[in-house]
Amino acid sequence: MSAADLQKASATDDFIHGHDGPHGHDDAHDDGIPHASFKDYLIGFALSVLLTAVPFWLVMNDVLPSKLATTAIIVVFAVAQMLVHIVYFLHLDTRSQGGWNMLAAIFTVVLVVITIAGSLWVMFHMNENMTPMSPQEMRISPG
Amino acid sequence: MSAHTSTMAVEGADRWLVREELHAQPGTMLGFWLYLMSDCLIFACLFAMYGVVGGNYAAGPSPKDLFELPLVAVNTAMLLFSSITYGFAMIEMQRRRVNATIGWLAVTGLFGLVFLGIELYEFHHLIHEGAGPQRSAFLSAFFTLVGTHGLHVSFGIVWLVTLIVQLKRWGLTDSTRRRLACLSMFWHFLDLIWIGVFTYVYLMGVLR
Repeated sequence: MSAADLQKASATDDFIHGHDGPHGHDDAHDDGIPHASFKDYLIGFALSVLLTAVPFWLVMNDVLPSKLATTAIIVVFAVAQMLVHIVYFLHLDTRSQGGWNMLAAIFTVVLVVITIAGSLWVMFHMNENMTPMSPQEMRISPG
Repeated sequence: MSAHTSTMAVEGADRWLVREELHAQPGTMLGFWLYLMSDCLIFACLFAMYGVVGGNYAAGPSPKDLFELPLVAVNTAMLLFSSITYGFAMIEMQRRRVNATIGWLAVTGLFGLVFLGIELYEFHHLIHEGAGPQRSAFLSAFFTLVGTHGLHVSFGIVWLVTLIVQLKRWGLTDSTRRRLACLSMFWHFLDLIWIGVFTYVYLMGVLR
C-alpha cells in the first residue's frame, strides 16, 4: 500500500465513523454534536461585526453616490456574512453526518434561489397590467 | 494477466467495503438540520412575497418614511451578541460546566428579549402611525416576514428557558446536551435569516 492509499483508506474510515476532522475531539463517544472552539466563535463574531457594520455605515451616511453600487456591495456583504455564520456558528462541513447535512443545505440553497429569483422574474411586470389609479382612489380602495 | 487484474479489483473493492451501519449515529442532529432547511424554505417564500409586492405602497408610506436605521442597527447588534453568547454556552457545555452554561444561556435569553422588545416597539409605533399590516401590500408583506422571524425568536426564548430549567434539574446529560446543540443550530439559523431581513428589507428599502 502506498502512502496515498493509506491516506485514502483513513479518509474512508473518517467518513464511516464521522470524526470531526482537524478540530480534534475530546469526547469518548461521538454523538453527532459538532465540536465548537472558542477561536472559531471569535473569528466568526469579528467577521460578522465587520460585515454588518460596513453596510449600515454605507447606507446611513450615504457614502457612495451610486445607489446601485451601494446595493451591490451590501448584497455581497450579506451573502458573505451568511457563509461566515454557516461555517463558524452552524459548523456545517462536508464531514458532519456523513455529508448529508451539506447535501441537504445545497439542495435547499437551490430551492431558495429558484423560489426568490423565479418569483421576482415572473412577477416583474405585475403592476404594468393594472388599471391606472390616482392616489386619491388608492386611499379609498379596499385593496 | 487477467487473473492478476481481477485480484487487484477484489483488493480494491475490499478497501471500500462498508462493514458498519452508516446511520449508526443518533439521527437527531441530521433530522433537526432538515427541519431548519424546511424552515428556510418558508422564509424564502416570505422573502419572495416581499420582493414582489414590497414596492406597492398604495399611496401610503414607503420604507424610507418608516424605517429608523439606528434602531435596526441596535436590534441587529442584540441578535449578533446573542449568537456569540450562545457560542460561549456551547463551549462551557463542552467543558462540562453546568452553571457557566446556564449563565451564558441566560445572557443569550436577555439579548433575545431586548431584540423582541425593540421589534415590538417598532411594530407598535408603525401601527400607531397608521402604517399597520392592512395599510398596503408592502406593509402586509413586511409584517408577515419580520413577524414570522420574531415569532421564531419568541419560541426560541421559550425553548431556552425550558432548557435552563432542565439543566438545573438534570445537569449535562446526553439528552440535555443534544437539546442544547439543536437550539444552538436554531438560534444561529435565526441570526442568519436576520442578515437577509436587515439587508433586503431595511437597508435596501431605505436605499430604494
